[in-house]
Amino acid sequence: MRITQGQFSFLPDLTDEQIAKQVQYAIENNWAVNIEFTDDPHPRNTYWEMWGLPMFDIKDAAAVMTELQSCRKVYGDRYIRISASDASHGWESLRMSFIVNRPAEEPGFDLERQEVDGRNIRYTTRSYATNKPSGQRYSS
Amino acid sequence: MSVTAEQNEAAAANETIDLRRDYEESGVGEVLDQLDRELIGLNPVKTRLREIAALLLVERARKRLGLVNEAPTLHMSFTGNPGTGKTTVAMRMANILHRLGYVRRGQLVSVTRDDLVGQYIGHTAPKTKEVLKKAMGGVLFIDEAYYLYRPENERDYGQESIEILLQVMENQREDLVVILAGYSDRMDKFFTANPGFRSRIAHHIDFPDYSDGELLQIADKMLEHQNYYLSPEATVALADYIEKRRQQPHFSNARSIRNALDRARLRQANRLFAHTGGALTANQLSEITAEDILASRVFKVAAESQNQ
Repeated sequence: MRITQGQFSFLPDLTDEQIAKQVQYAIENNWAVNIEFTDDPHPRNTYWEMWGLPMFDIKDAAAVMTELQSCRKVYGDRYIRISASDASHGWESLRMSFIVNRPAEEPGFDLERQEVDGRNIRYTTRSYATNKPSGQRYSS
Repeated sequence: MSVTAEQNEAAAANETIDLRRDYEESGVGEVLDQLDRELIGLNPVKTRLREIAALLLVERARKRLGLVNEAPTLHMSFTGNPGTGKTTVAMRMANILHRLGYVRRGQLVSVTRDDLVGQYIGHTAPKTKEVLKKAMGGVLFIDEAYYLYRPENERDYGQESIEILLQVMENQREDLVVILAGYSDRMDKFFTANPGFRSRIAHHIDFPDYSDGELLQIADKMLEHQNYYLSPEATVALADYIEKRRQQPHFSNARSIRNALDRARLRQANRLFAHTGGALTANQLSEITAEDILASRVFKVAAESQNQ
């Protein structure tokens, strides 16, 4: 099941050229660009691991694309997203976030129904991928 | 579809490129003229810059007609004695390359060894990469580049930095232009020790020393910028100063002149305090007289060496 999180997630995956254009847009707005990765696709998993530091003071998207390539080299089998944060209010707030890399196979989610208090039901979603320990989830 | 494609092809074949118009539209002429006006001397450098500008315009025209295969290498090395304008030209270079569309953003990131090389193992690579990222889309100017390589210490981290630089210079030519600068003799040694650098740099530009006349013109320009001027006698004194200063050690062309002028301004201020009581005119405040210049140590040293 294809994960849809963040911007552009209902579109076909962005090409590198399209990613570079989005990143350039963020840079031109003076937003710091981050590269993050994870192998836990649960929608409530908000904080992903960061690839390097947030990139301030860069002028061109080529810098981010270089980092993205090296992140893909190491974590090409995981989800990678690019986010941009705006500090103009005095605190960093997220302006952009979109997935730029995803595993070849996304097993999707299990919906668990728990019967409680008589006939009430509580729902839980759990990714099939997280059955395995972190680091072994997508590499077959 | 096929009809329009054919038409396009025919149009491309017949299309001509007006280089003159391209030149005017790019605004490069303006930058080059400004360079001519504001920088005294440096004729070989200016010629080379014009050549590069012409090459880039032609490349651009070729690209439009579908003739180009890959971008020309524009990494450069500026060699020359201290104070010959290497940094100043590098700043202009970023602007020129940007106008010609060769670099996308046109910023100049000026670094030295300190900014590239780390202090402990594993510190260098992130530091160098950080600087490279900032320079992407613009020009990276490495001043006194030979300090990167220290042959006397085989565990020096400079080598690591050099390797990363070389890799980026080769693989990301369209993303940034690297300019190395330094004094001629040491740069030569640096290139001999790192043949990789020499072969990846297409343009080796040598900055000649200024002549005495040129230095005097430069002094005039500098003072003009600060709203000072030299009295006629002071001009004669300064010409004499330049001649004598050149004979003495640590002469660094325009930089020596700038320092001399700064000291002359100091003496002028002191003189105004000591000798003029009360009201001063703007004219008095901006005139540098012969005595401000003749008080320099350079004349004493010159006189002493003659006596001996």
